[in-house]
Amino acid sequence: MSISQIIDGKRVIVKKPELLAPAGNLEKLKVAVHYGADAVFIGGQEYGLRSNADNFTLEEMAEGVQFAKKYGAKIYVTTNIYAHNENIPGLEDYLRGLERVGVHGIIVADPLIIETARRVAPKLEVHLSTQQSLTNWKAVQFWKEEGLERVVLARETSAEEIREIKEKVDIEIETFIHGAMCIAYSGRCVLSNHMTARDSNRGGCCQSCRWDYDLYKLEGDQAMALFDENDDPFAMSPKDLNLIQSIPKMIELGIDSLKIEGRMKSIHYVATVVSVYRKVIDAYCADPDNFVIRKEWLDELDKCANRDTAPAFFEGVPGYKEQMFGVHSKKTTYDFVGLVLDYDKQTGIVTLQQRNFFKPGDEVEFFGPEIENFTQVIEKIWDEEGNELDAARHPLQIVRFKVDREVFPYNMMRKGH
Amino acid sequence: MKKPELLVTPTDVAHIEQLAQAGANAVIIGEQRYGLRLAGEFSRQDIIDAMHVARKYGVRVYVAMNALFHNDKVDELSDYVRFLSEQQVDAIVFGDPAVLMTVREVAPHMKLHWNTETTATNWYACNYWGRKGAKRAVLARELNMEEIIDIKKHAEVEIEVQVHGMTCMFQSKRSLIGNYFEYQGKFMEVQQMKYAKGLFLYDKERDNKYPIFEDENGTHIMSPNDICIIDELEDMIDAEIDSFKIDGVLHEPDYITEVTKLYRRAIDLCTENREQYEEEKGELLARIEAIQPKHRPLDTGFFFKETVY
Repeated sequence: MSISQIIDGKRVIVKKPELLAPAGNLEKLKVAVHYGADAVFIGGQEYGLRSNADNFTLEEMAEGVQFAKKYGAKIYVTTNIYAHNENIPGLEDYLRGLERVGVHGIIVADPLIIETARRVAPKLEVHLSTQQSLTNWKAVQFWKEEGLERVVLARETSAEEIREIKEKVDIEIETFIHGAMCIAYSGRCVLSNHMTARDSNRGGCCQSCRWDYDLYKLEGDQAMALFDENDDPFAMSPKDLNLIQSIPKMIELGIDSLKIEGRMKSIHYVATVVSVYRKVIDAYCADPDNFVIRKEWLDELDKCANRDTAPAFFEGVPGYKEQMFGVHSKKTTYDFVGLVLDYDKQTGIVTLQQRNFFKPGDEVEFFGPEIENFTQVIEKIWDEEGNELDAARHPLQIVRFKVDREVFPYNMMRKGH
Repeated sequence: MKKPELLVTPTDVAHIEQLAQAGANAVIIGEQRYGLRLAGEFSRQDIIDAMHVARKYGVRVYVAMNALFHNDKVDELSDYVRFLSEQQVDAIVFGDPAVLMTVREVAPHMKLHWNTETTATNWYACNYWGRKGAKRAVLARELNMEEIIDIKKHAEVEIEVQVHGMTCMFQSKRSLIGNYFEYQGKFMEVQQMKYAKGLFLYDKERDNKYPIFEDENGTHIMSPNDICIIDELEDMIDAEIDSFKIDGVLHEPDYITEVTKLYRRAIDLCTENREQYEEEKGELLARIEAIQPKHRPLDTGFFFKETVY
């Protein structure tokens, strides 16, 4: 299938990649879909790799699937642990449950789960997880012959490697475009097991790779420090992935699914990142030959970034500038302060759920898929009973105030520091 | 009583002879272009020479091709597999399915051992790779004794377990040592430090020292302690585990030879004279402790450790 066609004298992209977003709970799933994700990946109560995330019950998954269906979006469930024997009982029931609630597919690393799914829940698509660290076309060929519908490539693969894989093997390819990354080959890191007795490949990863270490050298029996008191310590923390500039190239390569990392991230993060990539993909596909990345998209992504970002392996093996030494996190410049529930066009009054402190006089920004970003200075704030408030202090409190332009349910309100 | 194979890692061809005399049944060799974290670097000529020595002593030779391959090396895999097949090595160790596919194409009778180091964690996966062509599965080091024995009970392939030495905790494709020196502006030192020997990361909170090194496959970070269960072999021998491995990566050849001798004694006693083993095993452990390098404490790995997630 060709990627583009000439329609009315203009080239357009006809093979549009799927935009795949993370969701740690039902609310995030709804936000991701509403903000433009074509598919969402979620975790269940078991067999996934984020044991600290909220994760979905089967009932919540069923609701998520129904919600997504209205938008034509798909739900995938991460089932990508490397199981131990003790995880085998219960697996069949779990997979049957996923199939029953209408999940579209599962993301899997362990052949135990691949074959069990085939046997007991054959309607589920099976996608190979990045936990298999798939780095070459021949290994991709192997998994195709095993009957998999899609593979998620290792984060270590470059654009050229992806091109060759796409040329040689006819299988759907999913790659990461945005979010936090392992610095190790996925599935090949057991730092957590050794340092904290938590099994990284069953969801217990404690991110030991984000800690500081001191580098020494043994001279005989003597350990010599290779750093100075004033030096930043040894670190191996990668900057977060950000491939916004490479989206055109990824689309031209024919990559089937572009994946955003972050099941642990907030709804504000999911909404912001999804909406930006939605705009980039749509704009490029509509008119690839006149496409330019707009500065406002880059600025928008920055509003939810909690680390510096870099393009990582897509254009070659990353150097020291794509790691973080010394300072580890970047303070986000914006707080998510409210979620729009309703808007009365006659009165111009918004009904909003508070998510963080704000007060009259604050300048806030509204954003969402139906609107262009705009700022607004908040005047009077009332509670649900119409009592005037000196501030919106309480999490999840329902408040009302005047907003000059029309806003829509699920639009978000953020505030700069 | 069935004796497990004693599998060890020579540092060079000459070392194979010493290890054979120390009682090794099999060796793993190879080059970093295809294999991961080997005790020594063996060129093709070294493999030819190693086969002569090994045959003389009746030692089996396994060649490591367990790297994670990117496209650039895929085409040359078949030439290397063909070479190994001509030399009649006893098995190829693989992790990447690209190797399995290549072996099917050019040397379908070659024995395969599946070893990704971290992902052989249940008996089903071991048997899966068995159905794909592997004769043996090398278990993840992060399993406990009960899990290992349960896997063996259900396994349709040979089961190999590491009983001694360092294990890998982490592999990155990035040049993490080199990057650190570049970040510090010490560009002149990068090449020299990247491949320096004896580097380790110090973890103050745990007072652990993690050996770290770079090679063609990226950056590797190793466990802070050497596994040693020379005095805890009974259950695995009774379960008829097929192969016990001593990994000598980053150790001196004389140390590996001595440890091989002691495990030889331990396996022989444990299978032939259990009472004598029980009596002597403490002494065998003490003899290893006596030659243990200062910065490498011994422990029992994950054999008796609870892991949560």
